[in-house]
Parts: sequence; C-alpha cells; structure tokens
Amino acid sequence: MIANTKQQAVLLAIDENKHLEGALLPILHRIQHDLGHIPSEHVIDIAEALNLSRAEVHGVITFYHSFKTEPRGKHVIEVCRAESCQAKGGRAIEAAVKAKLEIDFDQTTDDGEITLEPVYCLGNCACSPAVKIDSQLYGRVTEESVSDLIDSLKAEQH
Amino acid sequence: MTIKVFVPQDSSAISVGADQVAAKIRAKLQTINGIELIRNGSRGLFWLEPMVEVETAEGRVAYGPVTASDVDSLLEQGLLDGAQTHTLSLGLTEEIEFLKKQQRLTFKRAGIIDPTNLDDYKAHGGYKGLERAITMSAQECVDEVKASGLRGRGGAAFPTGIKWQTVLDTPGEKKYIVCNADEGDSGTYADRLQMEADPFGLIEGMTIAAIAVGADKGYIYLREEYPHAHQRLNEAIEKAFDANLLGDDVLGSGHNFDLEVRLGAKSYICGEETALLESLEGKRGEVRAKPPLPAIEGLFGKPTVVNNVLSLSTISIIFEQGAEAYASFGMGRSLGTMPFQLAGNLKRCGLVELAFGVTLNQLLNDFGGGSASDKPLRAVQCGGPLGTYLPESQWDIEMDYEALAGISGVLGHGGVVAFDTTVDMSEQARFSMEFCAEESCGKCTPCRIGATRGVETIDKVRANTDREANLILLTSLCNTMESGSLCAMGGMTPYPVKSALEHFNEDFFLPTVEETSTAEGSLPTAEGSQTIEISIDSIKKAGTSS
Ligand SMILES: Cc1cc2nc3c(=O)[nH]c(=O)nc-3n(C[C@H](O)[C@H](O)[C@H](O)COP(=O)(O)O)c2cc1C
Ligand code: SF4
Ligand code: FES
Repeated sequence: MIANTKQQAVLLAIDENKHLEGALLPILHRIQHDLGHIPSEHVIDIAEALNLSRAEVHGVITFYHSFKTEPRGKHVIEVCRAESCQAKGGRAIEAAVKAKLEIDFDQTTDDGEITLEPVYCLGNCACSPAVKIDSQLYGRVTEESVSDLIDSLKAEQH
Repeated sequence: MTIKVFVPQDSSAISVGADQVAAKIRAKLQTINGIELIRNGSRGLFWLEPMVEVETAEGRVAYGPVTASDVDSLLEQGLLDGAQTHTLSLGLTEEIEFLKKQQRLTFKRAGIIDPTNLDDYKAHGGYKGLERAITMSAQECVDEVKASGLRGRGGAAFPTGIKWQTVLDTPGEKKYIVCNADEGDSGTYADRLQMEADPFGLIEGMTIAAIAVGADKGYIYLREEYPHAHQRLNEAIEKAFDANLLGDDVLGSGHNFDLEVRLGAKSYICGEETALLESLEGKRGEVRAKPPLPAIEGLFGKPTVVNNVLSLSTISIIFEQGAEAYASFGMGRSLGTMPFQLAGNLKRCGLVELAFGVTLNQLLNDFGGGSASDKPLRAVQCGGPLGTYLPESQWDIEMDYEALAGISGVLGHGGVVAFDTTVDMSEQARFSMEFCAEESCGKCTPCRIGATRGVETIDKVRANTDREANLILLTSLCNTMESGSLCAMGGMTPYPVKSALEHFNEDFFLPTVEETSTAEGSLPTAEGSQTIEISIDSIKKAGTSS
C-alpha cells in the first residue's frame, strides 16, 4: 500500500506495527520517517489504536528528541556538540555553520531548505569533529569542508 | 586463486570516504578476473581509515589513509600483489604496532571477517560457544559466566554472572534478554564498531544468555544514530534465523529464541537500563526506582537480563575459549580485557583492547601518540560525559575499575577523550551541566532543576558576576545533585564539574581587565567553600520562580 495522504501514512504505520509489544515507538518512528514529523491532528488515531490517551501519546512524542511535531527543512544538518568533537574544534564548526546558515540550533532557514540540529555524539569520535547531513555521516570536518557541503546542498536545489 | 581486497564498511571509515574508495576500486577492477572486494568492518585503527587491505601469502597488508584519488597510483604500484612501495603502505596489518600490542578477545574478529558472512564467522570460532552452551545445564552456563569474572561493560561494572543468577532463580513463564546498544557516552564507539564488524558475536552472546536464564525473547535496543549497525544486525539476524541459530528449537536444543532490533529516539537517559525498559515498552524514558531490579521485574514486569553490547559479545568468547582463559587476563577484581576507545585530540585515535591495568599514560602516548595538535595535552575525560577530567598528575593511573574509583575517576564504557591546552575547563564544566539539563528525564528535582541552575551559576562565574558566592553555590549544587538524584545522570554530572574545579581551578578565575593588576593568591578556591548548605527545597523554589 502506498500512502497518498498524511492520514494514510499514519494508518499504515499503525497497521504495520500495532501487533508489536511496545508498539508506540515503532509507530512513531515510521510516521516520523515517512512524513518528517508527527502531525498533531493524528495523535488521536495513534492513541485510539493503542488504547492510550491523547495526552499519553503526546507525552511520549515530546520526550524524545527524534520526534518532531512540526515539519523540518528539506535537509537536516546535525553538528556534534559532545566532548570528543569539542576537543577537535567542534565549537568553531558549530559557530561557522550557524553563521553561514544565519540560524540557531533547532531552526530552519527562511527558504525551508535546511534545519540545523545539535547532536550529542555520533559514535564517530575517533574521527572528530563530526557532522551528519541527512543520512550521510562526515568525519574530520573543517569549517571549509562543512561550508562546501552546505554549498553543494544549496546548489542541488537550483 | 582469488585475490581479496578489503575496504571497511564501518560508519567512521565511510565518514572519511571509504565508500568512494570502494567504488573507485570496484570500477577499476571490473575488467580483471579473480578479484573479490570485501566490505569488512574496521580494525579500529581509525586514524588510518579508510584503510585498504589486500590478502597475500604472508598475511594481509594494509594501506591508509586512502582517498579515492590514491586508488590509481596504488594499483599502478602493485596493490593487488601487496607491494609495499607506495607512500601509504603500512606493511602487514597484524604487525602495525598499535594493533600488535593489543590483546584482542571481544574484538578478535573485528575488521578481519566479512561481517554478515556466517561461514566466515564460524571459520573464526563463531558459534562454538553456543554449541558448548547447549550441552550444559542452565546453572552450569551461569557458573561459567561467574568464573570468567566478567563485569558489565556498559558502565556500572556489575558482575554479569550474578545478574544472570538472579534472572535464572526468578520463576517466570516469560523472560527477556535485552541488549543495551544505546551507547550514548560521548567519546565511545566500541559498541558501534562491534555491531558493524561482528554482529553475529552479539547475536550468539544473546542466544547463550537466553539459554542460561530460560528466556525466549530478546531485544537489541539500538540508538537511532547507528543506521549502519541497524542494517548489519538485521541482515545477520535474518541469516541466523535461516540457519536455525535463532527461532524455534535452536540447533535442536529444545530452546526457542526470538530476537528483534528496536530503535531508540535520541535520548541519552534511555541508556540507563530502567529508562531503556520504559522506552521499549513504548513509554517516556523515565528512570524507575530500584528495587525492583530489572532482573526480577524488568521488561513488561518480567525477569529481564539487561546487558551492554560488549558484555554480551564477550559471552560468546568466554564460552568459546573457556572462563579460565578469559579470567587469566586483568588484575584484581577487573578480569579479562577492556576495549578502550581513544578519542579527542590524539594523533592515533582508535580502539585498544587490552587487559585491565594498562596505564592512562600508555594509552595516551604509546597508543594514542600524544597530542594531535601543536599544543600539549592538558585534560583527559575518562568514562563518558559523566566521567571526571583527569590532570596530567593522574595519568599514571592503572586503568581498572577500583583504581579509577580510588581517585573519584570513572572507567565506565571505556571512553578516553583528550584535550590540549586550548581547553577552557570552566566551559567544559558548563557543558556538563548543560548536557544534564538537556537530557535529564525530569523525574527528580536536584537533577532537573539543579543542572539548569548549574549552567546559570557557571555563567555568572565566567562573567565574573559575584564570582566567589557563585563558586560556593556551585559546589553546594554539586553536592545536592550527587546526594539527591535517583540515578547517575544527576548523581554523576557533578563529577566532571568538581574535577574541573579541583584540578583546573585557574580556569574559573580568568582575570578580568580590572583584575589583571591586582595580586593573585587571595582568591578563594572551590575546596575552601563547601560550608554553605543549599537544601533541595531552595533549589526547587529557585526553579519554579523562573
Ligand atoms: C545516565 C545513564 C546512561 C547510561 N547509558 C548506557 C549506555 O548507553 N549503554 C549501556 O550499555 N549502559 C548504559 N548505562 C548503564 C546501564 O544502566 C546498565 O548498567 C547497563 O546496561 C547494564 O549492562 P552491563 O552490566 O552489561 O554493563 C547508563 C547508565 C546511566 C545512569
Ligand atoms: S537523576 Fe535525572 S535522569 Fe536520573 S532519574 Fe533523576 S531526573 Fe531522571
Ligand atoms: S563526540 Fe562527536 S562523534 Fe562522538
């Protein structure tokens, strides 16, 4: 089945996972993956399927950093803020990316293209500093290399 | 004869270009017959990644760090024959000092085998442990773990055999084996490396655990940040089912074991075992009060073994080689080997598996090669974000659980993060508090509110606003968090903060413009200022008023 609407995507996620033990996280992951966020108007569907209250589902969504209640940009850049990356100049990378995109963490550029997010360790500490752009992990990055990567994202859109 | 060329498919190797190197080699070799390109895991020599290896009659030879643009010249200079004239030549892999000096047990297959090739796994000792376990009684299996001396590698270092005994002794129709693959500690990556390089090792260990305690269902709670590990594990699990190494009547033993990977959702606290169980149940990852222990009332209230990736992977090795062989490594109550993970500002960052008792200095210098920058090392954080910062005077410490605890240090999951002299330790202390505020599960006040107050207080110290009073406040805050928190998140966040204050005191007293002319020495130190007691109530008030 292919989901054409948000409603269908939500129902599909519920359908495929509700038989699992502890089904809520798998359902939320699937919706987050397919729609890029968990639409608040559909929290009720999830709640009803799992016999939970709407508040309970909302409480779970807001607890985890992965689940977003609003759509994000077309691309997501995650910059590692944790210690190993700090030791290798991560703070400067963080500042440079913010300056280049003219946004802070958890914000999206005005054109809706890029969302910037902090991350606390990508498990790439032996190749710090690390950033992740969409699903691609990068290690030993420099201010210049990250800047180039951002430029290539921007070039893609034209 | 087929020539085997290896290019790691490890996340870190990919993050520095391994996929491009593999693609280039593949394109080049399309026209040559008899060449096999294998995407192995990493050997853990990360400063050399992407590290390409070629099998020769003398053993595997290595080249690194290779970029896609080096591929042409490597091939021209005889890569396929293992020629060693190229500037990137590293000689025989096993002879590389960093690797040669290690004692690899848990990681003995990492980087050597094709990760999801079951035959390859078996050819390297795989599934010998399980075959042995199914001939033993449940109690004999648990006794074997006890005899090995294995202590949990996730951080708390609790004896694994004793945990298993509790689960075995607790009656129950349904029991679970849960693998903690949340690996949230910054500066650590051994779980990831292991799952990507040798996923069957973990699966076998979990199956042995299931047989030992009588469980029939297992979950691997994997952090979402590890998509490659996810893929590798799912592939390996499928193959294990196909080969009757999972599922009903495993190897004809009469035991059933079903195994599934579940993803976390970016929450550090979900690495704490009870928060992890809540999360697996589909709830907010809030820490449970103990007792009851998870071993007695764990997942869905059932007796549950929760063990780290490395603990469970090591089980396969213990059952393959025998408890005694494993326990012959190590010192005192820290038996076996520990996979240390070198990170931060070191020349050679990578995985070092060694018997307990190696000194921090040896790790930093003999293995790590010292500072990667032109500035000397100044501070080392061991044991993740809740671990203390150690000054140079403590780097002769022998790395075992008890020795580190003796200097208020933490071995934890084995992370070692080195900083050079550009580090500002008041900034690091601030970050520790900020991280706690960000990742606290919110259940108890000292942690939830205390950490936020901690950030504000350190900000005031750094801005030289009422500095002396705020340093006193910071110390009391730390004491309150340590004594009044339900779990180690709030309880240990003060460790890095207090160690920064104690050993790097000068960083909290950066002279301001007016001060540069006044005499030094009259400033208060953190130690002398522990007299003011701040009650939990007053923090609570402070918290609600903002
Ligand atoms: C805040 C916090 C975070 C933790 N994170 C992890 C983790 O990411 N991985 C892990 O294996 N253990 C983690 N632990 C330790 C677990 O609670 C638990 O001790 C461990 O999973 C038990 O397995 P082991 O005995 O094999 O180490 C964490 C503990 C705390 C308090
Ligand atoms: S110390 Fe922090 S993380 Fe731990 S239970 Fe309390 S609030 Fe939650
Ligand atoms: S600290 Fe940045 S990747 Fe681990």
